[in-house]
Amino acid sequence: MTEPSRLPTDWKAAAVQRRTRRRYAAERRFRLLGLAAVWLSAGFLMFLLASMLWQGASGFRQTRVALPIDLAAARLAVTPAQLSGRGADLALAGAGLEGTVDAAATRAFGAQGADLLSDGAWLVVRDAIERNPALLQSRTTIDVPVDSAIDVAAKHDGTPAAEAIVARLTARGALSTGWNLGFLAAADSTDPTRVGIWGALKGSLLTMLVTIALAFPIGVLAALYLEEYAPRNRWTDVIEVSINNLAAVPSIIFGLLGLAVFLGTLHLPRSAPLVGGLTLALMTMPVIVIAGRNAIKAVPPSIRDAALAVGASPVQVVFDHVLPLALPGILTGTIIGMARALGETAPLLMIGMRAFIAAPPSRLVDPATVLPVQIFLWSDDIDRGFVEKTSAAIIVLLVFLLAMNGLAIYLRNRFETRW
Amino acid sequence: MIHNPSAKISAREVSVFYGANQAIDTVSIDVDRDNVLAFIGPSGCGKSTFLRTLNRMNDTVASARVSGEILLDGEDIYAPSMDVVQLRARVGMVFQKPNPFPKSIYENVAYGPRIHGLATARADLDAMVEQSLRRAGLWDEVKDRLTDSGTALSGGQQQRLCIARAIAVDPEVILMDEPCSALDPIATAKIEELIHELKGRYAIVIVTHNMQQAARVSQQTAFFHLGRLVEFGATSDIFTNPREERTRDYITGRYG
Amino acid sequence: MVDHTVKAFDADIGQLRGMISQMGGLAEDAIGLAMQALARPDPQLAARVRADDKAIDAIEAEVERLAVRIIALRAPMAVDLREVVAALKIAAVVERIGDYAKNIAKRVPMIEGGSEGGGHRIEPLSLLPSMARMASDMVRHALDAFAARDAEAAVRVVESDAALDDFYDSIFRTLVTYMVENPRTISQVAHLLFVAKNLERIGDHATNVAEMVYFAATGTQMADRDRGGPDKDRS
Repeated sequence: MTEPSRLPTDWKAAAVQRRTRRRYAAERRFRLLGLAAVWLSAGFLMFLLASMLWQGASGFRQTRVALPIDLAAARLAVTPAQLSGRGADLALAGAGLEGTVDAAATRAFGAQGADLLSDGAWLVVRDAIERNPALLQSRTTIDVPVDSAIDVAAKHDGTPAAEAIVARLTARGALSTGWNLGFLAAADSTDPTRVGIWGALKGSLLTMLVTIALAFPIGVLAALYLEEYAPRNRWTDVIEVSINNLAAVPSIIFGLLGLAVFLGTLHLPRSAPLVGGLTLALMTMPVIVIAGRNAIKAVPPSIRDAALAVGASPVQVVFDHVLPLALPGILTGTIIGMARALGETAPLLMIGMRAFIAAPPSRLVDPATVLPVQIFLWSDDIDRGFVEKTSAAIIVLLVFLLAMNGLAIYLRNRFETRW
Repeated sequence: MIHNPSAKISAREVSVFYGANQAIDTVSIDVDRDNVLAFIGPSGCGKSTFLRTLNRMNDTVASARVSGEILLDGEDIYAPSMDVVQLRARVGMVFQKPNPFPKSIYENVAYGPRIHGLATARADLDAMVEQSLRRAGLWDEVKDRLTDSGTALSGGQQQRLCIARAIAVDPEVILMDEPCSALDPIATAKIEELIHELKGRYAIVIVTHNMQQAARVSQQTAFFHLGRLVEFGATSDIFTNPREERTRDYITGRYG
Repeated sequence: MVDHTVKAFDADIGQLRGMISQMGGLAEDAIGLAMQALARPDPQLAARVRADDKAIDAIEAEVERLAVRIIALRAPMAVDLREVVAALKIAAVVERIGDYAKNIAKRVPMIEGGSEGGGHRIEPLSLLPSMARMASDMVRHALDAFAARDAEAAVRVVESDAALDDFYDSIFRTLVTYMVENPRTISQVAHLLFVAKNLERIGDHATNVAEMVYFAATGTQMADRDRGGPDKDRS
């Protein structure tokens, strides 16, 4: 029986060429659409970064005024001996330095002169004296930070009165700008010129520490057990579905959980990094388990066979062979989970990390706040000076995130190339 | 069941079920301690499955069930008192696709002795690694690069590395599941020569779908068909004058 | 037996067997024609028989070539391997048979030319055609056994060699007696002795073919009792 014969295909026919052209056009369209999607997303990202930098850059700088001060005439009751010791701060505060500074301001700028200065201006003078005790016997000009209203007026727009003062001071050449290093070193404050991010940063660090210390081991061990040891039956299916759902639960529910269990039943201290970390660990663990299971599934069975054939026990197979190969994937999942946890606000609000904390936490059970909550609180503040501080804090948060990601990617690459 | 006391491995009435499917049907066979035994047969005939029962690798499949008796030097390997980990050190396995660990060449060979506590001092481990690589015919090619990754070697070298890894734990039996099917003819020839050299020291069972290879390397051959052992005998007899018609049809290319 | 999965293998084996059959036919014809040339006598027929032997030699060379090719390219096993090796050896033996027939034809002029008066017939010559028929039958049966892969037929061929040997013995005695009684015909009758010997050798070669057929079919050597006595060569 012979097959019906086919005519040889004419690849040069007009219909074929039309189809070819349409095909090329479709390919081009798809590529362009893809490119447009990428550019759109990148564009949004660029816009965010640019506007944050634009608004927040000024938060790292402060406006200063040149304050002529005659310390010799003030005759402060401080000896050089006291200045070299540790009680220098106390001694100078006790000697009435603050009043001296206010008086100098009034003399230099008129009746409202003291209002021109920031509440922390006298601290700058104090630090200058401690660095150079000879200043006590001299007349000098020190650049001190201005009040928040003047600061805002100098950087952006302020009240008409403040603008007038700025104009006047600028005409005299008394205004200058410098780096606001206190922003990174100080804790929260009601005064925008004295406010710092360090308290929230430390709170975030401690919370992240607790989160990863709990979520990583538990998540990895759970993933190992579920993939390597658990029998395939209905119970494991139920567990798998539950974990997948848990990863999608809104974060505020974890906050409610934290509130009810950690604060209500276990009576752990409110707004402590310990509680924050526990809550976020609950939230991050499912992500790590899912990423871990996928990474472990991706390890080829030939490696397991090889290890078993040489006489390795199941535990040895897992820890000597499977885990090292799955580690890059597990770390990727951990990065994703930790980045999400770093930016979480709602659950931490529920467990009370929304208070005004003036001092950075020193222990895990001290009250603290975290960067996103701090940003939220500042964004809510009516004082105009906080606008740029909010953006500056967002920049700090982004830098923190980048640093964390960078560390994790470095770790992942190190494990990947080793094998 | 009556076993042959002089055989290294003696299997009687062995059947293997995967769930409801019967893969092996009452196979009885002896593995000599001094010879190479080849398993031949068409695909799906159960030769690899039966091979894996000899070192209990079927345990990793949840639905697998093995009945019958398999004795290694008189001990039942499926008895509850048999430690599977030790069994697999005594009965080593080399797989079809070379699967060295993604570690250094040294680590690949040293891993087995280390986990079984056969050597702890660095000098002892070095000596064991060198001996295993020499026996596998790989020492001269890798002695200057023991810290290179095992996966950077060529296919034939990787397979010899896997053989060295199996030898390093000083097994009594080596099982080979189509060890040359992923290799080119020159690498295959080197492995066949290696099998010849290993013959006196280890009992070797090799599964192969290449009849010419079975004819070249083995002294005894077993022909499997649809899960049963059809014929077993000296290799030269099987390939010049087989008794069973199915054997004859398979080896002369009249099968299917 | 079922066909090979690779059909070309069957074609090759078939071609090999066909060539053996062809050779065998040519050899049988050669024996018959040589005897005809001897009996008439017909020197031209004898010359033709001698020339036709080249065809048998050519086929033997072909068989060798094809057998080696099959071994190299097909890697024959078991029954196929035995058949190819047997075919190789049988071809050589049949070529020898052809040579014996040629040798008989070669002697025709010497027997005819030696007679006196152009009409004096040598009486014992009339015995030879029957012996030739026996030998020729043995050759045919052996090659039929090869074609049919029939081990029992091969055994029968070997058993029938005894009868041929007895026939040779009686012809030998008759010819010797005739030589003694008719001394002038000694040189011619001597040639007839060689003819008879050739026929006896043809029978032995036919048993060699039968033994190879037996091995190819069964994989074992034929038992000694079937082959008859150890030494049948008396000349």
